[in-house]
Amino acid sequence: MNIEFIESGQALTIRLKGELDHHTADESRVLIDEKINEGKFNKIVIDFKGLDFIDSSGIGFVIGRYKLIRKRNGSVEIINAGKKVRKILDMSGIGKIIEIK
Amino acid sequence: MQNNYVTFKIPSLSINESFARSAVAAFCSILNPTIGEINDIKTAVSEAVTNAVIHGYENTVGEIEISCRIKGQVVEIIIEDFGCGIIDVNKAKEPLFTTKPELERSGMGFAVMESYMDEVVVLSEKDVGTKIVMRKKISEK
Repeated sequence: MNIEFIESGQALTIRLKGELDHHTADESRVLIDEKINEGKFNKIVIDFKGLDFIDSSGIGFVIGRYKLIRKRNGSVEIINAGKKVRKILDMSGIGKIIEIK
Repeated sequence: MQNNYVTFKIPSLSINESFARSAVAAFCSILNPTIGEINDIKTAVSEAVTNAVIHGYENTVGEIEISCRIKGQVVEIIIEDFGCGIIDVNKAKEPLFTTKPELERSGMGFAVMESYMDEVVVLSEKDVGTKIVMRKKISEK
């Protein structure tokens, strides 16, 4: 899994490339939370454009980041969700709390 | 299509989740599935293997046996661990139920398997292990 951070004011975009499963979610979480805990951001944009695979661990991963940024009254947005990603996002009902574009 | 099968074993290390789903997907490619069908199979296998890693063996490492069999247009995948077993299978299958929320588990594993495959059977016994049998019919082209 390759992670790229793009900072724009109070928004942090996280570009994920590769496969998001239990193994890579555990690895990525540490790095991403370190960045979020810098405390500069109130909006997290998760860019799934480069994602080749996602399972329910990916849903847990998104909800985890959502909970973290909510503590700072921030929000999470998902962009570039392809067909595969969209299928599991829709199933999870996560769209009720997180904007999916 | 002749009866065809493959069986392999992996230690329950999370890094093997990717290999397991890719190996099953590669075997199933004999049936010329669509990208959507392959993704469904990969995702379901990933869920079952992840369950074995996290719940079956918890903080220990055991063996996961994966068998894949093709019967006509139907793929049958069996994922078995010899870990702690599931005390209440029906409860475990409830969407959003998880015993490990602190690990950011979404509790969607079985719901995904059931939605992405045609049939999912879970056999489990405490301290013996868990066997998940999944079937999916691949469309004829």
